Amino acid sequence: MKFTTLMASAALALGLAGAAVADGHEKTKVGFVYVGPVGDGGWTYEHDQGRLAVEAEFGDAVETVFVENVAEGPDSERVMTQMALDGADLIFTTSFGYMDPTNNVAAKFPDVKFEHATGYKRLHPNVSTYSARFYEGRAIQGHIAGKMTKSNIIGYIASFPIPEVIRGINSAYIHAKKVNPDVEFKIIWAYTWFDPSKEADAAKVLIEQGADVVLQHTDSTAPQAAAQEAGNVITFGQASDMGQYAPLPRVSSIIDDWAPYYIARTRAVMEGTWEQKDTWDGIGAGMVGIGEISDAVPADIKAEALEMKAALADGSYHAFTGPLNKQDGSPFLAEGETADDGTLAGMNFFVEGIEGDIPN
Amino acid sequence: MDLSAINPVLLIAAMIAAATPILLAAIGELVVERAGVLNLGVEGMMITGAVCGFIITVNIGSPTVGFIAAAIGGAVLSLLFAFLTQIALANQVASGLALTLFGLGLSALMGQSYVGIKPPRVEATPLGPLADIPVIGPIVFGHDMVVYIGLAIVAATWATLKFTRTGLVLRAVGENHDAAHALGYKVKRIRTLAILFGGACAGLGGAYISLVRVPQWTEGMTAGVGWIALALVVFASWKPWRVLLGAYLFGGITQLQLNLQGAGVAIPVEYLAMSPYIVTIIVLVILSADKSRAPGSLGRTFHASG
Repeated sequence: MKFTTLMASAALALGLAGAAVADGHEKTKVGFVYVGPVGDGGWTYEHDQGRLAVEAEFGDAVETVFVENVAEGPDSERVMTQMALDGADLIFTTSFGYMDPTNNVAAKFPDVKFEHATGYKRLHPNVSTYSARFYEGRAIQGHIAGKMTKSNIIGYIASFPIPEVIRGINSAYIHAKKVNPDVEFKIIWAYTWFDPSKEADAAKVLIEQGADVVLQHTDSTAPQAAAQEAGNVITFGQASDMGQYAPLPRVSSIIDDWAPYYIARTRAVMEGTWEQKDTWDGIGAGMVGIGEISDAVPADIKAEALEMKAALADGSYHAFTGPLNKQDGSPFLAEGETADDGTLAGMNFFVEGIEGDIPN
Repeated sequence: MDLSAINPVLLIAAMIAAATPILLAAIGELVVERAGVLNLGVEGMMITGAVCGFIITVNIGSPTVGFIAAAIGGAVLSLLFAFLTQIALANQVASGLALTLFGLGLSALMGQSYVGIKPPRVEATPLGPLADIPVIGPIVFGHDMVVYIGLAIVAATWATLKFTRTGLVLRAVGENHDAAHALGYKVKRIRTLAILFGGACAGLGGAYISLVRVPQWTEGMTAGVGWIALALVVFASWKPWRVLLGAYLFGGITQLQLNLQGAGVAIPVEYLAMSPYIVTIIVLVILSADKSRAPGSLGRTFHASG
């Protein structure tokens, strides 16, 4: 009896102490988990710009922490758990492979809000997902690539066979094919988000095999350097502007702008209005930016690309508009039909014309 | 499938270049381990070499000076490890891991203002008409100096370990440091020199990535090559020529699988992607079925009074 009383009072004391800490806890702590280094010049760099924007917006009212180079899988679970234990109120996990770890950790910390980038699992009320419609940018890249290629071979450095990457390949292919029926895509799966040597190697191989346009869905600027070295090859900045490689090889780019979203979600946590949601914004909402199209692109192609950008932004054109068939020839979209978000989010097939299989 | 898209000459030349960073780092670590020291800081020394080489090359304009700076950078960082493990007698595994973390952080700091800069080109070795020989020219004579230096280091390491007194002393220190000490050899001095050599080689390998393979500076750009080099030393049973074989196998199959993917060969991509690791391990494990084993004092701390 005495023991239970002791335990109960200890628990009470702990509870009070906890409450006291919670009261004194004025700063909102926001954590970020990154898959690469903040200096990758691409994907992680832009997420970190978002983090800095949160700091700039709220000043002393927030404290941000980040951990870089976190491997996807079990190790990320450890990092997230540590962040939550250290008092983070909101944690952004910024790679697809953090999907299950994020949900696992969220189950253990119901009071901490989690935001997972590019995923689709929201198993607990404290998990939101957010992503950008990168495929809209890929449509513009495909158009420019299809018009500008002379060898009619477009190289594509893919990372992992996940819907986000497959969507990008399809979108680029559809629009390249539309303006250049002879175009062929060579796809290399690098199985990494960040490995400059491997990314450079993949770019070199594609160029050796005749590609004069290289699209990348990996995070570093290494393919840009490889293309510059080879000469007469054009590339597009991925996730970040990569403007240091303009005007050639980089002729345009997809820029991820996470800052407005990160600021809005941090504000929601501070004001207590945070709710689970699924955000998927594109060019129109400003989450996807198109980097300046350099002078290496002829003026008429540039004008067409900007026209497409405007149409994608105001919603008058959808990057996946029928008629389109799947790779096996079965119908995907009828004339004039557009793909719904559910199909796009789970896209696991190539469209008709792309050669090769998607790895499992 | 279009295998004609693959140019075998370019493929083999690319294979040699791809293998060079791993080869350099692994041969350095081999000497360190033969001296009885396990330095897990290869990745940290490589990335430090990569950034030192890059900074000096960009500022001075000479890749040769850059490579020398990279070797010095790697060696200086390894000196920290030598101090911790040989003088402060710290645990080698923990010190090595700390060295990797320190090297990654330090290089990120040093390289901050060098992101997006293009370094001067590293030219192929001027071998005159030799490089113009069809097929053999581009494969054997078309490389930059560091490729040949790497091969020379392997040959020199093998010869030194096998035929010279220096090599014998080094191996004695690695096999049984107490006996070597009793014979009057300076165990700590020899080990420190081995660690410095390992650091210099790792630095050179790192600079090969930032100056030749990619060429640019990006934080964390070695992306695990140091760990592959470490594993390679073990699978190669601490033998120089097997390290060379392993590095070329790994680099070669990495290149081959990228080429096969580009050509659309009907092998599932996941098998292609894992093939460099699997094939290298299988070949080296089969080779190591003889009675070769790790140096006797590997990873053990030496204290003279003990």
